[in-house]
Amino acid sequence: MERVLMKGNEALAEGAILAGCRGFFGYPITPSSEIAEYMARKMPKIGGVFVQAESELAAINMVYGGASTGARVMTASSSPGLSLKQEGISFISEAELPCLIVNVSRGGPGLGGIQPAQSDYFQATRGGGHGDYHTIVLAPSGSQEMMDFAMEAFELADKYRIPVMIMAEGTLGNIMEPILMREPVTKFSEKPWATTGCRGRKPNIVNTLHLGNEELESRNHQLFNKYQIIKENEKRADAFLVEDAEIVVVAFGIMSRIVKKAVIEARKKGVKAGLVRPVTLWPFPDEHIRTAAKNARLFLSVEISMGQMIQDIQLALAGRVPVEFYGRIGFTPNPEEILQEIMRLAEREGL
Amino acid sequence: MAKGKVKFFTDRCKACGLCIEFCPKDVLGFDEHTINILGYHPIKDLKPELCTGCAICGVVCPDLVIEVERE
Amino acid sequence: MKKVFQKPESLTDAKNHYCPGCSHGLIHRLIAECMDEMNIREKTIGICPVGCSVLAYDYFNCDMLEAAHGRAPAIATAIKRLLPDRFLFTYQGDGDLASIGMAEIVHASARGEKITVIFVNNTLYGMTGGQMAPTTLLGQVTTTSPYGRKAENEGYPMKMAELLSSNEGSAYICRTAVNNPANINRTKRAIKKAFQVQEKGLGFSMVEILSACPTNWGLNPLDAMKWIEDNMVPYYPLGEFKVKEEQ
Repeated sequence: MERVLMKGNEALAEGAILAGCRGFFGYPITPSSEIAEYMARKMPKIGGVFVQAESELAAINMVYGGASTGARVMTASSSPGLSLKQEGISFISEAELPCLIVNVSRGGPGLGGIQPAQSDYFQATRGGGHGDYHTIVLAPSGSQEMMDFAMEAFELADKYRIPVMIMAEGTLGNIMEPILMREPVTKFSEKPWATTGCRGRKPNIVNTLHLGNEELESRNHQLFNKYQIIKENEKRADAFLVEDAEIVVVAFGIMSRIVKKAVIEARKKGVKAGLVRPVTLWPFPDEHIRTAAKNARLFLSVEISMGQMIQDIQLALAGRVPVEFYGRIGFTPNPEEILQEIMRLAEREGL
Repeated sequence: MAKGKVKFFTDRCKACGLCIEFCPKDVLGFDEHTINILGYHPIKDLKPELCTGCAICGVVCPDLVIEVERE
Repeated sequence: MKKVFQKPESLTDAKNHYCPGCSHGLIHRLIAECMDEMNIREKTIGICPVGCSVLAYDYFNCDMLEAAHGRAPAIATAIKRLLPDRFLFTYQGDGDLASIGMAEIVHASARGEKITVIFVNNTLYGMTGGQMAPTTLLGQVTTTSPYGRKAENEGYPMKMAELLSSNEGSAYICRTAVNNPANINRTKRAIKKAFQVQEKGLGFSMVEILSACPTNWGLNPLDAMKWIEDNMVPYYPLGEFKVKEEQ
């Protein structure tokens, strides 16, 4: 198989194309713009559609329209842009339109900065817009996964009729790593609900309005039954040296690779550290967290934020094991400072 | 003069009166002896013999109450 | 006897929920008659707005989508780009199109999206109870301009047909009214022309239709029709503003 050097954003875009994505609708924003630029170059050559929308709102609503035709479509943006897209994501979730939404995330609040950050974790995992809903959220940790997860995202989106979000820190969008090119997807599921013109069938309606009390409640129950099935089937995490771990560090995305290095160094110093890396941020892999808690005296959530995922870890552990936090914003914690934190906690706990 | 006939789906009528206003032959009026499912006195051809089937009543009706036939 | 007027096939049998004398039902029918006459029902995808006509998906007998407030042109853009041989129409009110959806409509027009926009201008927000819209006339009393719209406070009513006709991408822009049989027939011809412009791929098309909201105007249906003639038409002149011919 071919091995090529690719920027994360481009690997993600190419992965989407390999997955059959034929519609990209976006608005420029750092550090995600390379995805739109890649699509602008590629789509015309493969019979796809690229539209630079007038706004993030228009872009996400183009995704709503594009997905309603049954085509595989996507948008990509970065944190402030994702805030603007929330209206559309709520509508897309209710209308159950499969699509890919990418957040190459940066620091906030407000305009924040363009440094990589994970502070959109709550927005991504709690729905983000109005109403009760969830999107599946995948967090890649390198260029290869940018490609792989883009492909996986479209499969999950079609399987569950749900928008899937890829949340990748700005770093991942911009670093270059060698990756193995994947084969293009050739099998796609039927979408009999799509609004393509009603030739030979009854008209289809894509709608999110439910004026009746009972209708609205039953729609929410339908959605939540689906979310329950997704929770049962799709929680994913990687575990590293957690079997005998007394300090379990939890980190996702690029942060998980940095933490892994610190965990290895801690082991060399005789501290039984381990790592759980959530791959799906929603559904959150709470069972993986509980499994890793077997011998744990302490959990440590390391995030590029002021501490958001730590709440999901606490929920998973339900008070059984204390959870500490180490995070920075504007900077990405380096292996040395994480190691220092692990050693400080180990000493404090007498480990 | 062509001869016309109007047929009404009276349950759809909201008694807006636009058809009465625009009928050039004054064929139509409200049926004050009837109250339809929506609570209105629906439209009726009070002078059916005058209808020419011009269909203006149907054209101005916002609620698809009227069908028109012509000889 | 031969049927000379009946419900078009492109409408369902559902009874509409509109108030007595409201023009929405009539405009739905004109669109549907054009779809029937052009035999495009099975190739047409319509997009409803937020507003009184939010439930239009129950009335049109073709594939339909319900959009977020003002976003219908963005949705139509994507569908048309992915399915270029289908007919796309958006159905939008003045709050939807000229206020919250201003960016979407202007850019769909500027891009020359090959879609047809039916813009129902009744000078206010109907569904929410008659609030001021960008199209509310000067001096007009609404629930949020209770002393009458004043230019110094609320600015001037927006002329969407004129505004969009200045975009190169606009191929057909027309303003009509539905206040009498002759204007209703002109409106239907304009809608058909807009669909034909779309069929020929000439660009963006919009028919702005001056229509009645008797309930929120506080008028009976007949007086509402007169109000269109007396108050709206002088500020919103009828006619074709842009007609791009085939090259």
